[in-house]
Amino acid sequence: MQSLDAEALFRTLVEQMRPQVSPQTALVGIHTGGVWLAARLHSALGLTQPPGSIDVSFYRDDFGSKGLHPQPKRTDIPFTVEGADVVIVDDVLYTGRTTRAAINELFDFGRPARVDLAVLVDRGSRELPIAPTYCALTLPEPLPASQSLQLESGPAGELTLRLIDA
Amino acid sequence: MRNPQLNKHGELQHLLTIDGLPRDILTAILDTAAPFTEVAEREVKKLPLLRGKSIFNLFFENSTRTRTTFEIAAKRLSADVVNLNVSTSSTAKGESLLDTVDNLCAMQADMFVVRHAASGAPFLIAQHLFATGRDDIHVVNAGDGRHAHPTQGLLDMYTIRHFKRDFTNLTVAIVGDVLHSRVARSQIGALTTLGVPEVRVIGPKTLLPTDVGRLGVRVFHDIREGLHDVDVVMMLRLQNERMNGALLPTPQEFYKVWGLTAEKLALAKPDAIVMHPGPMNRGVEIDSSVADGAQAVILPQVTFGIAVRMAVMSMLAGQQGSNK
Repeated sequence: MQSLDAEALFRTLVEQMRPQVSPQTALVGIHTGGVWLAARLHSALGLTQPPGSIDVSFYRDDFGSKGLHPQPKRTDIPFTVEGADVVIVDDVLYTGRTTRAAINELFDFGRPARVDLAVLVDRGSRELPIAPTYCALTLPEPLPASQSLQLESGPAGELTLRLIDA
Repeated sequence: MRNPQLNKHGELQHLLTIDGLPRDILTAILDTAAPFTEVAEREVKKLPLLRGKSIFNLFFENSTRTRTTFEIAAKRLSADVVNLNVSTSSTAKGESLLDTVDNLCAMQADMFVVRHAASGAPFLIAQHLFATGRDDIHVVNAGDGRHAHPTQGLLDMYTIRHFKRDFTNLTVAIVGDVLHSRVARSQIGALTTLGVPEVRVIGPKTLLPTDVGRLGVRVFHDIREGLHDVDVVMMLRLQNERMNGALLPTPQEFYKVWGLTAEKLALAKPDAIVMHPGPMNRGVEIDSSVADGAQAVILPQVTFGIAVRMAVMSMLAGQQGSNK
């Protein structure tokens, strides 16, 4: 697999989103990579609504078999969801189950006018009918289940993507 | 010996007492409770974690606050909650505790929240479930006799951490009727496990257990001396209903010597917080001006109690070992 330049992918994502979003568009990042990405997108796109963050631990569909994720983070939605245009932001799109959980959680805060999904990388292997609205890179072949792609954020917010063999 | 509260993966199976629970489990409960506090501010105050689970509140002893906060916690997790008013049910007709439990198991119970006047009753239920192979059913002790009230101890720890950030530089005083108090026993266990360097127990000799010093606390029989420079004052309720003998003269006299007044509180650190598990006897163990004063965190304790109980119930219900 070719090496992934997260900063180049980020610029691609910004250019995809720029013509579609308005200053009132609200971003919600999914912990943890999506939160970093949402913060960067927020300033690059010059949005006015403060970005929100979601931890889907309490909405996961594997709670019964895997239990509670240790040390769940706080979900923080600092804008009014009712009637808002919301873009859910995640670093990597995989099965779609995390996105499903995030949409469910978002609706417990109100009824958004519209929900879109922005991701840096689509690694394939979807298990639900979910597709990204904005996606900087779709891998030509799905990544094997034994591998994971992890976004990391440096001290100045610079993004790097690492491929990890489990 | 196997800890009856932990499953074979070392996860919490039942919450019966704080004694014997390692620090990382206590910390995990407090960490898990933190994001639950935010649910109360949502449009929909509900999370889907315990959807389809049946939780039975088995209260063999009266309690309004504890039962209500357990009920709210379970409902915010989307569980179905059944409150059994045991004083008017089969027990009054002579059914044994374990027969009641077996019948509720036959109704597909997933969790029991138990309050009982007899110390050890929740442990007995947990042993019975283990012996009859029903390890998928969980027990939470909501207060048993003089033994333990672990969720109260945990919500107290959450409150202290919220206001003081760190346990390892604190002096904490527990004041009043320690002898009859399951709350005090749970507090002492939690404080020492979480690394509080100095726990003080303050009360008259007749209301302190004779061997209380063995719990690793400093004992004071003079409230003014004991409150000197403490960071946290944890008041206990004077438990009139658990006293049969002449352990103290009159409530008025108790107030005069042991009641927390503004003047006595001034001996603690200026930023000391005042806690009380409720229900308060104003003018007995605590003066109204202190209970309603700026240093009191008694109502935040109640609010945090919901989040802590949500954390405990979701940690019990969702485990690596469970395959329901």
